[in-house]
Amino acid sequence: MTVRVQEADFDTGAELDRLTNGNKRIGGLAVFVGLVREMHVREGYHKDRVEALTLEHYPGMTEKALEDIEAEAHKRWPLEATLIVHRHGRMEPGERIVLVAVGSPHREAAFEACEFLVDWLKTKAPFWKLEDTPAGEKWVGAHDGDDQAAARWEKK
Amino acid sequence: MKVKYFAWMKRTVGVAEEEVTLPADVRTVGDLVAWLRNRSGGHAEALAPGAAFGAAVDRRTAPFDAKLAGASEVAFFPPFTGG
Repeated sequence: MTVRVQEADFDTGAELDRLTNGNKRIGGLAVFVGLVREMHVREGYHKDRVEALTLEHYPGMTEKALEDIEAEAHKRWPLEATLIVHRHGRMEPGERIVLVAVGSPHREAAFEACEFLVDWLKTKAPFWKLEDTPAGEKWVGAHDGDDQAAARWEKK
Repeated sequence: MKVKYFAWMKRTVGVAEEEVTLPADVRTVGDLVAWLRNRSGGHAEALAPGAAFGAAVDRRTAPFDAKLAGASEVAFFPPFTGG
């Protein structure tokens, strides 16, 4: 279980090699890499061009929140390895923002847990996105679709 | 006690954090919100009734009825938009 919040970019291949290194119980690795998109989708169509994105976070709380989410994934699925790397600071379109990787003996658990981690980190970890657009700076608002995606993992 | 603000709330309030000494009748997060509104126009705007924001007490998300007794840091922030 590893959580890192950092300003620097990461090397996806090297991160995955390190995650699985020496663990031969892992039969499948599910990976999500989030990238900065050049357009922001508002109400279903593309409006403002995004020139850069600045991610602010709450040092001290962010790490705890990500560790809690990761621990929850380990409770729900038989996982051998998990990794969350989330960047903060200024990034331009095409840059990597976040890496979520999950290793499990079987692919179903890896796919599901990876999707769960991404859904929950979007709604439960203290990050905020500020977009630079031709019309000026804009704080990104919470997205209903993200709340719905996170809610489907809530236990009844 | 330390109070922190994030994202647009930090800009509206005008500071990232401040040290406050709570009166005895400020017992919950909700009490603190109401009390902080009187500090400045920026506070009143950022913490306005109906504004969409959440709180954390000692770096864990907390509801507005959460007690402040023993807390050393409270934070206010807009909904999270990471990932």
